[in-house]
Amino acid sequence: MADSKFKSMADILAAHPLFAGLDPKITDLLAGCATNAHFLDGTYLFKADGPADTFYLLRSGEVALELHLPGRGRLTVETVHPGHVVGASWILPPYRWRFDARAVGTVRATGIDAACLRNKCDADPGMGYQVMQRFLPIVAERLQSTRLRLLDLYAPPAEVGRAL
Amino acid sequence: MLPRPFEIRARRPELADCVTLEMAAVDGQPLGFAPGQFTMLYVHGVGEIAISISGDPTASDTLTQTIRSVGAVSNAVCDLQEGQMIGVRGPLGTAWPVERAIDKHLMVVAGGLGLAPTRPIIYWALANRDRLKSIDIVYGTRSPEQILYAQQLLGWSTTDGVRVGVTVDRAGHDWTGRVGLVTDLVPAMLRDPAETVAMVCGPEIMMRFAAQALADAGMPEHDIHVSMERNMKCGIGWCGHCQLGPHLICRDGPVFPYPAVRDLMTVWEL
Repeated sequence: MADSKFKSMADILAAHPLFAGLDPKITDLLAGCATNAHFLDGTYLFKADGPADTFYLLRSGEVALELHLPGRGRLTVETVHPGHVVGASWILPPYRWRFDARAVGTVRATGIDAACLRNKCDADPGMGYQVMQRFLPIVAERLQSTRLRLLDLYAPPAEVGRAL
Repeated sequence: MLPRPFEIRARRPELADCVTLEMAAVDGQPLGFAPGQFTMLYVHGVGEIAISISGDPTASDTLTQTIRSVGAVSNAVCDLQEGQMIGVRGPLGTAWPVERAIDKHLMVVAGGLGLAPTRPIIYWALANRDRLKSIDIVYGTRSPEQILYAQQLLGWSTTDGVRVGVTVDRAGHDWTGRVGLVTDLVPAMLRDPAETVAMVCGPEIMMRFAAQALADAGMPEHDIHVSMERNMKCGIGWCGHCQLGPHLICRDGPVFPYPAVRDLMTVWEL
């Protein structure tokens, strides 16, 4: 008798917010590109300029996206949390990471083979469209978040009204 | 309306450019205030500025205010030392409708020094914890070094029924907390949109996007409240300096229901 607690990779993918509600036929196809991944605290999921060959659906733990600045050390530009995705540079050429991704605490994730997924999207544009519909909001949200942070909202204001 | 003389009883540096003053009325009559109200602080011979009250509303014998040094008057306020005098008018303005949070989840969303005007809500909520379903504090600021009331946030985070989420815009490698926009943290911490009352305070753009994030997550807009900021001078609705469309912020605000100011937030030059 099969263990009722056993979850197939397709089940795991369907449970992740990124792919929740997607046609089961598509999650079955995606499952062929997916593996379980585990990272210890302080280890790197990937490093800047490395090949963007695997991205991650975060299930537990946190990931810090960092950049090394000469003379200033490593700065964290964003943290990624369970239910979110680590890595978007796999979507477009040249398929190279822009930032380092460091595990903060123990990280459990589902790794997706990017070349495998791209090939399946190329072979089935309908599926590719649905996958991209899931990714585009993530990219758009991160762009908006970055733009707002560029405004440096919490910089000291001019002395007007209540001194926030 | 004349300023009342208050004596500086304690002065506590918070951030590099920010000080908390504890003041007591010379005449012994407590100020008494509701969370969200502000005072006009007057430094003799220098000028007057509007500052939100950031203390415990139940500790009415002490007036506590956190001031950022950004100009001539606020510099003079921040430079005051224990035993020196200051003029106080108030309390002024509208209050956070804290009673609306009874039997509901309370979410306080603060950005930067916006934590100061919302701290009285938190004091009130902690004193009335058994009347609230939960208390969630969502705080965003520039960097780990710019976290206001850091020790208090830490203390609140270990209190039953209270969750504290802190995010910063940028951080060094040694920061193990969250890096990102406060509006990204809002939906992640929202428990039950239909049963939540939210109080939002910070830079206006931050409030605009945070309120939108709450509404997008399913919160009724009338359960979202914001604290607006404009150039207040008289503090009592006479001079018109703080006009925002049909509102005078000092008289009709600073606390507004989000629907009352939502459309004004996107109008230029208001």
